[in-house]
Amino acid sequence: MTNEYFIAIMLLSPLVGFLINGIFGRGRWGGYTSGAIATFFALTSFASAAYLVFGLTELADGPRIISATFFDWITVDELKIPARFVVDPISAIMVLVVTGVGTLIHLFSIGYMHEDRGVTKYFSYLNFFLFNMLVLVTGDSLPIMFVGWEGVGLASYLLIGFWFNDEEKATAGMKAFITNRIGDAAFIIGMFILFFHFGTLEFEKINSLVPVGPTLSWLSPLTLGTLLLFIGATGKSAQIPLYVWLPDAMAGPTPVSALIHAATMVTAGVYMIVRLSFLFAAAPYTLMVIAIIGALTVVLAATIGLAQWDIKKVLAYSTVSQLGYMFLACGVGAFGAALFHLMTHAFFKALMFLGSGSVIHGMHHEQDMRRMGGLKKYLPITYFTFLAGWLAIIGMPPFAGFFSKDEILWQSFSSSNGHWIFWAIGVLGATLTSFYMTRLMALTFWGQERFDKKHHHPHESPYSMLIPLIALAVLSIVGGWLGIPHVISEVLPAHPANVLEHWLEGSLVHPIAATAVDGGHADHAALEWGLMGLSVGLALLSAVTAYVFYIVKPEIPKLLVQKLGQAYELVFNKYYVDEIYQRYILNPLVKASEDLWLYVDVRIIDKLTYVLTDMSIGTGKMSKAMQTGNIQTYALYIVMGVAIILTIFFGV
Amino acid sequence: MLLSQIILFPLLAAIILLIFNSKSDLLKQAALGLSLAELLLGAKLFMAFDPSTASLQLTENYSWISQFGISYSIGVDGLSFWLVLLTVFIFPIAILGSWNSINKSQKGYYASLFVLQTAMIGTFLSIDAILFYLFWELSLVPMYFIIGIWGGARRIYATVKFFIYTMAGSILMLLAMIYLILMHKELMGSYSANLLDWYKMQIPFVGGVLLTPQTLMFFAFSIAFAIKTPAFPVHTWLPDAHVEAPTAGSVLLAAVMLKMGTYGFVRWVIPLFPQAAQYWAWLFMVIGVIGIIYGALMALVQTDIKKLVAYSSVSHMGYVLMGLFALNQMGVTGALYQMLNHGISTGALFFLVGMIYERTHTRQIAHYGGLAPFMPWYTIAFLIITLSSIAVPMTNGFIGEFLILMGSYKSNPVWAYFAVIGVVLGAAYMLWMVKKVFYGPTGKELSGHKDHLVDLSAREWIILSPFIVLVFWMGLRPNDFLNYSRHSLEHWVKNQSSYTLDVKK
Repeated sequence: MTNEYFIAIMLLSPLVGFLINGIFGRGRWGGYTSGAIATFFALTSFASAAYLVFGLTELADGPRIISATFFDWITVDELKIPARFVVDPISAIMVLVVTGVGTLIHLFSIGYMHEDRGVTKYFSYLNFFLFNMLVLVTGDSLPIMFVGWEGVGLASYLLIGFWFNDEEKATAGMKAFITNRIGDAAFIIGMFILFFHFGTLEFEKINSLVPVGPTLSWLSPLTLGTLLLFIGATGKSAQIPLYVWLPDAMAGPTPVSALIHAATMVTAGVYMIVRLSFLFAAAPYTLMVIAIIGALTVVLAATIGLAQWDIKKVLAYSTVSQLGYMFLACGVGAFGAALFHLMTHAFFKALMFLGSGSVIHGMHHEQDMRRMGGLKKYLPITYFTFLAGWLAIIGMPPFAGFFSKDEILWQSFSSSNGHWIFWAIGVLGATLTSFYMTRLMALTFWGQERFDKKHHHPHESPYSMLIPLIALAVLSIVGGWLGIPHVISEVLPAHPANVLEHWLEGSLVHPIAATAVDGGHADHAALEWGLMGLSVGLALLSAVTAYVFYIVKPEIPKLLVQKLGQAYELVFNKYYVDEIYQRYILNPLVKASEDLWLYVDVRIIDKLTYVLTDMSIGTGKMSKAMQTGNIQTYALYIVMGVAIILTIFFGV
Repeated sequence: MLLSQIILFPLLAAIILLIFNSKSDLLKQAALGLSLAELLLGAKLFMAFDPSTASLQLTENYSWISQFGISYSIGVDGLSFWLVLLTVFIFPIAILGSWNSINKSQKGYYASLFVLQTAMIGTFLSIDAILFYLFWELSLVPMYFIIGIWGGARRIYATVKFFIYTMAGSILMLLAMIYLILMHKELMGSYSANLLDWYKMQIPFVGGVLLTPQTLMFFAFSIAFAIKTPAFPVHTWLPDAHVEAPTAGSVLLAAVMLKMGTYGFVRWVIPLFPQAAQYWAWLFMVIGVIGIIYGALMALVQTDIKKLVAYSSVSHMGYVLMGLFALNQMGVTGALYQMLNHGISTGALFFLVGMIYERTHTRQIAHYGGLAPFMPWYTIAFLIITLSSIAVPMTNGFIGEFLILMGSYKSNPVWAYFAVIGVVLGAAYMLWMVKKVFYGPTGKELSGHKDHLVDLSAREWIILSPFIVLVFWMGLRPNDFLNYSRHSLEHWVKNQSSYTLDVKK
């Protein structure tokens, strides 16, 4: 019973905060008041989440699950959707990340946004997002998850277009929502396929009905259903071909980019697949598609990231790329690794987005890295925390990103669904990542000061912004220690356990027996060490190269740009994907609609009505003309009529 | 007697209004009071209605033209219950919405509204064909005046088009009704125009042959109802009628009048001609899908807000048609729900458009821009209704659309795959319009009106709040509403091929 209350408090307190700020605060409260209120409700939610997760650890045996059913949402015919929410080992990680990182970002926002005119609105939206994200992660059936799924999309729409006076930003919000809707439409059909196959959409029940062996057919409901759900995930989690909205989403306030467009919402697609691991594991064809799309996205986004000048755009493409890793992990059946990277990424990417926010704040809204440089001495704390994020993302041990990325790479090489090509692409992506992130560090914090000192007086941010940075920096260092691989733990003193693996045991399904270690333990350990060393070595080399390029010999990149010419143009312009969509999908659609309207509605249907009315008016006029009032004329009609009838019937 | 009271009280109200001075505030207040009294009757119906049965309730039966078995016979069940309540709910709001915008011959205007209410409720409650036809046609007359007298610049063109379209359909329906009265004599030995008697007839049907009685009559009725719905390609009267109608006219047209068409399918067409309905279901599914996509594409390129909303109606009603002809529990339940949703979201949208038109006197989307900072609460209300219109979960729109799509998928997945395109397009045209009107720099045409761009007045709050409450209530707790229709719909779906309806004693 008490658990139900705590689930309710966890879910509803952000909603309460949203309503309080949204209804009462508008135009009345300043940034500190509304920020404090919003942060308080986020913190309340975090506290309840922590309590629940603690309760979960107490449940030693049996099903580790805490659930609450509030009411029956939809009941029609065989469709029954209860409003049921659960905290189990999978969602536990998510609720902690969402509410924890969420609270930190609320706190950061107080410093970052308190002067903004719409600050109450901002905080109410942020709370609203938290509510929907929690519905998404704790919902116990696909439709309930979908409620949160679209809800976070709505929050994202509102927050991207937060400064809507700028039409470009409003457009970015719209683009995000509509692109997501394409995915959502697929998600809906995916739900139908699964529903009419399994007769239910509740996770537990589907789990008990999934066939044991893999389904090897493209047209089976399992493959089609999961594929369509995955298309939904490509929208929400910004994968090929629907990733185009995410870079534009950087139009929103930077803390929003950190929370929604890096740490939490965009990982929803990954989470959905992990949540349904039992289902996806039975659909190897879908997994293959997911792995391929994930791997391609890793490289595509990473290459684009090489050539961007806007600090947030670099981070945005980096997010797309990192999400690709998570999908790659799902695709090779390493759902645990996906969730692990989701978590560490939430830490270090939120950290770097907030760090970039601190930079932008200190630089009076400058986002172009060409006008930065040498900022480390002006923003020392931001710099040091950012350093932790940088080391984490490029995968340097013992930072968080190293462990999670390494596990993904190892699994994509060794798992039964893996392939060395996936591993190679992953390493290529890691090398590229290392390059563009080092470039970002170099252009922003190191080297010469390229900003106009008369106008820009870079300054460190207030404590409300620095505390979240420090907290996230710590998490970016230690976060990965929850999942230390066996090969490493064996050589460490005290042999730390793989906490995460242990925690998720029994909650995740692996396609065909978990990563086989049957081929001789020693060989594998050697191989694992070798591959790990190779990827770390390449990343290091890449980082050094970037350092040389942008600090030691800045003329090299310029020369390279000239040499590469068209290839650079292609990457710089993001492969013209936006332009292609505009030209070959959107414009024809609008043109076709205009033509349909002009021709079908106006020229054909309406014209036809006029013709028909004219005809009836015409017959009316004719019969009017016939009624002359002249007896002789009528007599003539009668005679003619009789004659015609006689002719017809008797053929006279 | 309750149902007769509900039907006839507005007519009485129209007569009462005649004793007032035109142009007095008292007239408006009296109109509002009378419509609220009618709402109370609706509340009485809500209390008296028994949701646990599929039978027809609160029936009344008086003989009228007994030679031909025509009677004054009315009753309510789960199919018509919510539509009646929607009608009584929306009229007081419509009157409030006309408060400042109707300034000429007010007496005639409010009297027309009440006559319209009688006609609409009568249509939903009639069990006798001729009575149904009478109310059906009666509804045209006040609407004709409402658009023709109090409408915009091209009102005459719009009314004539509206009238001709609907009349063309009605005539076919009347012919089919007369044929059925005669057929009842032939098959059952006596004349009857009573729907409950008609349900018992086995009307001859041969699949694939057009010229059999059931198929012919199926189409005669269907055409009449499809025009009213409106379904592609007989929808072009709607945008013109909407654009020219005064705000309340548009609201009533969208919220209630269109439902008369789809209700016709539920009450008359499908149960009376079950074999034909099943045989031709694919055709109406296709028409529904075309309506969804075509309406949305049209909405995408409109420059007039009202026209955009009108075309969105075509799209939404396409969903309804699709859900109905899915002929299963989910589809039909969704369709019924969507009828109410459309009444609420589109009704509210027309009110919202009317409110802004009163301030700026323009409906051109291009004239707007950057409205949000001037009218923040208005913007919020508009956004909430937009969310309902594009079926975001937790709003009513989602429940209807989800059930319809699911039902359609069950009946034929192919059409659901197409229909789901509407989910994307719906978001596209609505959000595009929201962006153009509310966001970006302040529109050039607005700069002259800045003094008029005041936020919602108390009256406008009263108009909008019931809609907003319903959007979320129906979205979060649909069972509160569905439970009233559940038994009727189950009975309707399960006994499709030999539908009959009892009368509750």
